[in-house]
Amino acid sequence: MVVAMAGTAACTRSRDMTGTVVRGVSFPKWWRALEDRFDLVSPALNPLRHLGSLAFLLFWILVATGVYLYAVIDTSVDGAYRSIDDLSRQQWWLGGVMRSVHRYAADMFALVTLAHLLREWVLGRFRAFATSSWLTGVALLPLMAVSAIGGFWLNWDQLGQYSAISSAEWMDGWPLFGSVLSRNFLDPAAVSDRLFSLFVFVHIGVPLLLLFGLWFHLRRLAQVKVWPPRPMLLVLLVMLLAMAAVAPVMSHPPANLATVPAALAIDWILLFVHPLVSATSATAVSVLVIGVMLLLLALPFWRGSARAAVAEVHPMHCSGCRRCVADCPYDAITMVPHPQRRGFALAEVDADACASCGICVGSCPSSTPFRSMATLVTGIDLPQQPIDDLRRAMRERLAAMTAPIRIVVFGCDQSAAVREVDSDDVAAFSFTCTGQLPPSFVEYALRDGASGVLVCTCPESGCAFRLGERWTAERLAGIRAPVLRSSVEETRWELVACAGYNLTPLRTALAALRRRLDVRGSSK
Amino acid sequence: MSISFFRWSAQAVLYAAFAGVIALCSQWPPYQPLQPDQALLKISFLHHGQRLAACVEQSPEELAKLPPNMRAPMRCPRERAPVTIEVDLDGRMVYSGTAPPVGLSRDGPASVYRSIPVPAGTHRMQVRFRDSARPTGFDVVRDEIVQFAPLQVRVVDFSAERGGITIE
Repeated sequence: MVVAMAGTAACTRSRDMTGTVVRGVSFPKWWRALEDRFDLVSPALNPLRHLGSLAFLLFWILVATGVYLYAVIDTSVDGAYRSIDDLSRQQWWLGGVMRSVHRYAADMFALVTLAHLLREWVLGRFRAFATSSWLTGVALLPLMAVSAIGGFWLNWDQLGQYSAISSAEWMDGWPLFGSVLSRNFLDPAAVSDRLFSLFVFVHIGVPLLLLFGLWFHLRRLAQVKVWPPRPMLLVLLVMLLAMAAVAPVMSHPPANLATVPAALAIDWILLFVHPLVSATSATAVSVLVIGVMLLLLALPFWRGSARAAVAEVHPMHCSGCRRCVADCPYDAITMVPHPQRRGFALAEVDADACASCGICVGSCPSSTPFRSMATLVTGIDLPQQPIDDLRRAMRERLAAMTAPIRIVVFGCDQSAAVREVDSDDVAAFSFTCTGQLPPSFVEYALRDGASGVLVCTCPESGCAFRLGERWTAERLAGIRAPVLRSSVEETRWELVACAGYNLTPLRTALAALRRRLDVRGSSK
Repeated sequence: MSISFFRWSAQAVLYAAFAGVIALCSQWPPYQPLQPDQALLKISFLHHGQRLAACVEQSPEELAKLPPNMRAPMRCPRERAPVTIEVDLDGRMVYSGTAPPVGLSRDGPASVYRSIPVPAGTHRMQVRFRDSARPTGFDVVRDEIVQFAPLQVRVVDFSAERGGITIE
């Protein structure tokens, strides 16, 4: 079985029990350690683990408040400012709040999305199985920026004037337009209602494209949790309402093309690009933006660590039960007609989408170690960590252990380093993801000489492969197939969630289990 | 209990800090696009330069060589001259640029757009404009005293319909 070595890359070298070097997937411990420290209330309510769903929620808050604002805005040069300003002053308790929430949600949307991007990059989820999600996500960034900046133009105040003119001046540097866009803002007569129709398109049409792009972004993920946990949703709404109440967003004076605004309460989060262009040059910022975009788009193709081998299907042992399809976090498995068994289906792995997490191995009923085969071959397996290696290594370890209480610990390379607790009376085995553990192995270990079994997963919502900790818990609890049989004595096994940096919960759970087994042994 | 309270409080503080940073960065610090004692001079035009060659009448022989639908009596080369503008402020040139006509046949309009901050106050401005193929000199020159109020935007443009160079 694999004993993972410390690593900080998306793909680390590991060695198995026989000393053979294999490659497995691992995520940077330092980031996970940092992230786990935000498990203040509970791991499931750590906002860093819900950045994608928080961004999704903020998008819909923007849609909801935007629909209200669009209903009341007069989309004409003369009416736009007045209608929005009236909203903030005369209907501050609803329209004004909507407007402020709309702005602050946009700010938050931008920051949360960038944090989401940063997290996925740090965790190495930008290449291999994550390439599609990464590329589609990066492609959405310009749409987000255009939607956000365009929103300031609709409220035709001095800030909108400044942003529209700055945007036009910046875009005039691109060889895309036949005419000079900035001439649309030379004098008041040039700004027409038709131009406002363009503004409306930018601020409503582009977000629609964003929504369409989101579908592509999520397409390769299974069981997507698009909404954050309800407490987090409520906290976010309260935050936005509080911000709207404490610092309501108000209009600047109306746009006046004959003057330059003296001072602007600029939104530095969404409009930073304008002062940046002024401080440098349109060309410099264009080169910077294009360079960053190209870099982000090229990242998946950058030469990195070799990719871990993907899951392999063994047709003679695949029953076509579809459990691997249901459990795969990346929608990498589909069913095809079985080539040898008429009327049966066979799992097929999409190598590009497979994360090599092994969760499918844990879901396969054929992975049960009770099968009477000299070499355990399952329906779907990881070539670098075959399930037979686990059975063999575990049997050898248990046979060699002489301590009165012998404990088997199953864990993964992403949570607490279970190898740290390996000792004379503890046999620790580490998977790429604990989701790779077929629950029947717990019973098998107990029958094969183990006094107790401890299963260690990542904290709730903290699985590096999205669903491993959830499926493991549900399988052991008997609510998701394949289940751990109810006949297995509950006092002899334990499930513990351990953050990557902190061995304390693991050691505590191990000590508790040891005490329990001790008491149980004494009472017998 | 106390640890739980501490954790809830810490979480609340973090959320509040995040909200505070957003509310702050959303409106502060104020940004000055232009110094208060400056004005903005915008130099811009969108103008067709004159044709580089005059139209010529085609002879009956030349017309006969053309397909019937293309037998126009006059042949007018489409290419236009680039347009040059120079602006002096108090005797010092603040902008000089030549814009080529757009289009594959170089028959489209030439355009320029430039914003230049200038000190507010009274300035003598001279604008020189050339839209013909002449190698030197200018076709239109305008020289006048111009007032720039602080933060005022004044636009130098060219419009043949409005008499040439405009300063507004």
